[in-house]
Amino acid sequence: MIRNYDKLIFELSKEGRVGYSLPKKQVEGGCMCCGIPENLRRESAPLLPEVTEFDVVRHYTNLSNKNFGVDTGFYPLGSCTMKYNPRINEEMAAHPAFTQLHPSMPTECAQGALEVYYNLAASLAEVSGLAEFTLNPYAGAHGELTGLMIMRQYHIQRGDLKRTKVIVPDSAHGTNPASAAVCGLQIVEVKSTANGTVDVEDLKPLLDDTIAGIMMTNPNTLGIFETEIPEISRLVHECGGLLYYDGANLNAVLGKCRPGDMGFDIMHINLHKTFSTPHGGGGPGDGPVGVRAGLEHLLPNPQVKKDENGRFYLQCDEKSAGYVSNFLGNFGIIMRAYTYILTLGRENVKMVGPLAVLNANYVKESLKGEYYLPIEGVCKHEFVFDGLADKSTGVTTLDIAKRLLDYGYHAPTIYFPLLFHQSIMIEPTETESKETLDEFIAVMKKVAQEAIENPEIVKSAPHSTPVRRLDETTAARFPKTTYKQLKG
Amino acid sequence: MKYFPHTQEDIEQMLQVAGLKSMDDLYGEIPAQLLFNREFDLPEAMSEVEIRKFIEALGKKNSRLACFAGAGVEDHYSPSIINPIISRGEFLTAYTPYQPEISQGTLQYIFEYQSMICELTGMDVTNASMYDGCTATAEAMMMAVAAAKKRNKVLMSATVNPKVKKVVETYAQYNGAVIEIIAEKDGVTDLADLEAKLAGDDVAGVILAQPNFYGIIEDYAGVAEMCHAKKALMIMNANPSALAVLKTPAEWGADIACGDGQTLGIPMNYGGPYVGYLACTNALVRKLPGRIVGATTDVDGKRAFVLTLQAREQHIRREKANSNICSNQSLMALYVTIYMSLMGYKGLKEVNKLSYAGAHYLAEQLVATGKCSMAFDKPFLNEFALKTTVCPKTIQAALLDNGILGGVRIADDTLLICVTEQRTKEEMDLFIETVKNL
Repeated sequence: MIRNYDKLIFELSKEGRVGYSLPKKQVEGGCMCCGIPENLRRESAPLLPEVTEFDVVRHYTNLSNKNFGVDTGFYPLGSCTMKYNPRINEEMAAHPAFTQLHPSMPTECAQGALEVYYNLAASLAEVSGLAEFTLNPYAGAHGELTGLMIMRQYHIQRGDLKRTKVIVPDSAHGTNPASAAVCGLQIVEVKSTANGTVDVEDLKPLLDDTIAGIMMTNPNTLGIFETEIPEISRLVHECGGLLYYDGANLNAVLGKCRPGDMGFDIMHINLHKTFSTPHGGGGPGDGPVGVRAGLEHLLPNPQVKKDENGRFYLQCDEKSAGYVSNFLGNFGIIMRAYTYILTLGRENVKMVGPLAVLNANYVKESLKGEYYLPIEGVCKHEFVFDGLADKSTGVTTLDIAKRLLDYGYHAPTIYFPLLFHQSIMIEPTETESKETLDEFIAVMKKVAQEAIENPEIVKSAPHSTPVRRLDETTAARFPKTTYKQLKG
Repeated sequence: MKYFPHTQEDIEQMLQVAGLKSMDDLYGEIPAQLLFNREFDLPEAMSEVEIRKFIEALGKKNSRLACFAGAGVEDHYSPSIINPIISRGEFLTAYTPYQPEISQGTLQYIFEYQSMICELTGMDVTNASMYDGCTATAEAMMMAVAAAKKRNKVLMSATVNPKVKKVVETYAQYNGAVIEIIAEKDGVTDLADLEAKLAGDDVAGVILAQPNFYGIIEDYAGVAEMCHAKKALMIMNANPSALAVLKTPAEWGADIACGDGQTLGIPMNYGGPYVGYLACTNALVRKLPGRIVGATTDVDGKRAFVLTLQAREQHIRREKANSNICSNQSLMALYVTIYMSLMGYKGLKEVNKLSYAGAHYLAEQLVATGKCSMAFDKPFLNEFALKTTVCPKTIQAALLDNGILGGVRIADDTLLICVTEQRTKEEMDLFIETVKNL
C-alpha cells in the first residue's frame, strides 16, 4: 500500500481548500490591491496546490517512505561518510533562542550564537592542526572554492601574478578541477602510481614558478594514505606553492593525525561528513575552511573575533579573499557540529578515525575473495574493489549495486574513482556495528554467488524497490522537469 | 560512547580478520612524526543533560526581539508541520539521490519544488536549488558569461542588495568576469545609465533586483528589449514570496531569475541554512548549473523521477563545467516546497497583503511623528527606506531597549524597515511611540 503511493502534490489539489492559518489584518487601510500600480502586478496566477494541512502531512510522509536514509539502513557510500546523525544535534539546532536571530542583529544581542561559531572554529583548528577557521562556506565544493580563492589571493598580494596553475591528482574527484576552473586557475594533472598515490617523480617536473599550489586528499580517493606527504610538502613549498587539503576523507584520520602537521596550508572540512550533521538529501551542509598561521587575514568576511574582555565581534578585513555567503554560513549546521563535538569530547574524538578504519579493513578483508581488490594492504576509512573477482559472469558493478537495494542496503559509490573500470567504493564509518557489517558481508557474498548461479536476477535488479530501473535516456532526451511540462 | 558500537571483543575479532595485532597497526604506514600524540585541547564529553543546559545558557546570551529588519532576510511565519516532516530520518539522513530506485521521495519533492519555483517566477526551468540567494546570483552571473562566450562584462544595478553584490563581485574577481555598477536614481536603477553602459556591445548580462534593496518595486518596462537588442541576458534577483503578487521575471522578459527562498517561511537562523533558487528560459538550460530532476518511467512503465541532463555537471565535465556545485540545498528545498503547498497562491497573497498593510501603516505613522520622512517616493511592498532627523543609531538603541530590532541602518541618516505578517499592531505602535518620544 505504502509503495503504491504515486501522487504529486498538485494531483491532490481541490479548489477552495487551504492549508494555512494567518492572523487577521492588524491595521486599518493599507490595501495592497489598490496600492500597487497595475503595471507592476503579476498578470497570471501561479499554479500552486490547494490542499489541507493533513493532505500535506500525509503526502510527504508517504514520499518519505520511498526514501532510504542512514536511519533506514546501512549506507556504505564511499567518500560520503554516511555516519549516524544524532538527534540531540537537531534538538539544539532548533532552539528558538538561536533560530530567531536575524543576521543584522547587533552583535551584543547575538553573543551566544557568536560564541558557538567561535568555539566550533577553534575546535576544528585544534583537530586539524591549522591556525584559524571560517565557517562561512556552505558546502564542501563551496569550501574548496573559498580555499582556492585564498590560495590565489595569497599569491596576488605577494605580487606573484604568474601563479595561475594548480596541480590536481588524476584520481581526484571532479569537483577539484571544477572548483579550480571557477576560481580562474588552470589545471595540471599529476599521475598516480600503481597503488593510487601521487607519483612524486611525475610531480617534480611540474613544479615551477607558475604553480599556485596542489590539491590533495589524504588518505586519497582510494583510501590509501599518502606516506610521501612530507616530501611532497617540501617540494611544493620550495617551489613557492601552497598545499590544499580536500577534507572529504578527514574521517579516516580524525584523532590520529592532522592535515596541518602534514604540511597543508589551507583545507576545508565537510561538517556533514566528519562531524555528523545530516546530509539532508543533498544539503544543507557546511564547508569550513582553515588556514595555517600567517594566512588568517585572507579568510572570507565577515570574520568572528573575540576581544580581551571575551566579547565577540564581527570584522571585515580589507585583505580578505572576499565574501562567499550571505552571512556566517549555515548557522543551523554549525550548531549541530558543535553539539557533536561536545558530545564526543576530547576523549572520544580520537577514536573516530581508528574505529572507521577498523571497520573498513574488516569488510575489505572479509570480501576480497569474492571481489577483486586491486590494491592490497591496510586501507584507511574506505577501499575500492574493481568488480567481482570472477570476471566471467557478465555481472557489472551497476548490477551488484542494484541487487544490494533488494537486500535493504544503499549501494556503495560506483564507477568512482575512474582509475578502475568497475569501481565499488565502500566506506562503512565508525558508527556501524560488527553485526551490521557481518550481515552486509554475507549479502555481498550471496550476490557474488548469485552472479555465478543466477546472473539474470542480478542483472535485472532491483525487484523489490518502490520503482525499478529507470529510463534515464528518455528523461534526458525529452526533459520534463515541471508538473506543467509533465501534463503536456 | 553511545555512537561507537564496538566492544573490546569486537575490536579483537575484527583486528584478527584484518590480519592486524593492534589498533596502532591500522596506521602503521604513517610516518611517526605525523602521528598526533597529545590530548586534544577540547572540553570533556558532555551528556545530553549537560549539553541542554550548556546550550540553554548560551541561548540566554542572545536577545529575543520583535524583528523589523529585512535586507534580504525576513521574519515570516513557519507552519508547524514543516519541521516534523523534514526531520523524518528518511529525508533528513539520505544523501543525494544517486540510487533513484530508493530515492523517489527526494526526487519527487525536488520535482515539485522545481514546478513551484517555475510557477512563481514564470520561468521555464529551474535546478534542484542552490546554497543561498547570493551564490545563486553569482552563478547566474557565470551563466551569462558562459552563454555569451566572448564577453566577460556583467552590469549590476546599484539597487541590488549589497550582500548579493559582494558575493557576485568576489566570484567575478576570481572567475575573470568584470562587474560594472549601474547607477541608481531616486532609489531605482538609472535606465539611462544602463542604456549607456550597454552601448559598447560588450555586456554578457545585466543583474537587477525586484523588489530592490530599498524595498521599492521597480518598473522594468522596456529593459528586456534594451538588453536583448545588445545581446545581453537580463537577470532578475527577485524575492519569491513577493512574486505571488508582483509581475514575474518572465513577465518582465528576464532570461534568468534567481534569489533567496528564505522568505518562503524559513526561520532566520542567524543567516542560514536558507535556499537559493536559479531559474531560466529553455534556451539556457544547458548552462544551468547544479542538479535537475526530470520525470521518466521505470521498466514496468511506472511514473518515476530521476536526475537528468547530468552532462552539464562537474563530476562529468570536470574543469570544463561552468560551476563547481555538487549537490544542492535539498532539505531546505523540501522546506519551501511544503511551505508553498500549505500556503498555495491564496496564502502567499494573504502574506503579502498583511505585510503590505503593516509596512504602509508603520511608514505613515513614523512619518507622522515628524522625526522621519520617506527616503523615496516610490511604490513598495513590505520594506521601506526611512530618512530620520534623529541619528538612526539613537533610534535603534531606544527600540532595542523596548525589545525591538529596529530595521537595518543603510546610511548615516537612513533606516531600512521591514514588516511581515508576524508583526502585531502592538509591536508597531510601540515602535512608533518610541520614535515619537525621542
